Amino acid sequence: MSVRITEAPIDVAAETAALSRGRVGALVTFTGICRGEEEGAPIAALVLEHYPGMAEDEIKRHVEEANKRWPLLAVRIAHRVGRVAPGETIVFVAAASAHRQAAFAAAEFLMDYLKTRAPFWKKVERADGTHWVAARQTDDAAAARWKKPGREAAE
Amino acid sequence: MKVLYFAWIRERIGKPEEEVELPASIATVGDLMDWLKKRGEEYAYAFDNPKAVRAAIDKVHVQPAAKIAHAREIAFFPPMTGG
Repeated sequence: MSVRITEAPIDVAAETAALSRGRVGALVTFTGICRGEEEGAPIAALVLEHYPGMAEDEIKRHVEEANKRWPLLAVRIAHRVGRVAPGETIVFVAAASAHRQAAFAAAEFLMDYLKTRAPFWKKVERADGTHWVAARQTDDAAAARWKKPGREAAE
Repeated sequence: MKVLYFAWIRERIGKPEEEVELPASIATVGDLMDWLKKRGEEYAYAFDNPKAVRAAIDKVHVQPAAKIAHAREIAFFPPMTGG
């Protein structure tokens, strides 16, 4: 497991190459990118804030949960903080397994939980000012799909 | 006890963290939020919609009913928007 929070740009090719080895037969990667516009208006950048320590811990808890649910060979997560320009990678999530089903499911599970549970906050910088991004209910719904009956998943 | 604030809650209060001496009557995270609200208008503004505030004790998510005895640090923040 590799979980990294960084102010430096994320090199997706290097992150991916680090996992393409050994018994790995399936590698699913997700790359979240800073959009250049929001509701039709161009943005200058996103500024990401996080809770140091908790952000890493929370992601690692969900990686452990993913490892219990699927036969994974490796998980690699990198998340930017600080100022991120349009076109740059904000988050990279990769799940490696022997076969594709586990890798697809684990990558989606990790991303859904990362969005709603990992303590990161985005602020939008535009020419006319800044504002905080509001949380989306669709993200909560996406994470809720993974809850197992009778318990709070990954809490 | 150390209290931390993030994102717009940090901006509204005007500081990222502080040490507070709590009265013995403050038992839960919800009690702490009510107590902080009375410290000044910047706090009242930060906590004006308690439903929009999330909390963590020692870097683990908790509900407002969570007991704060033995906590080292308590954080308040808006719903998360990472990824």
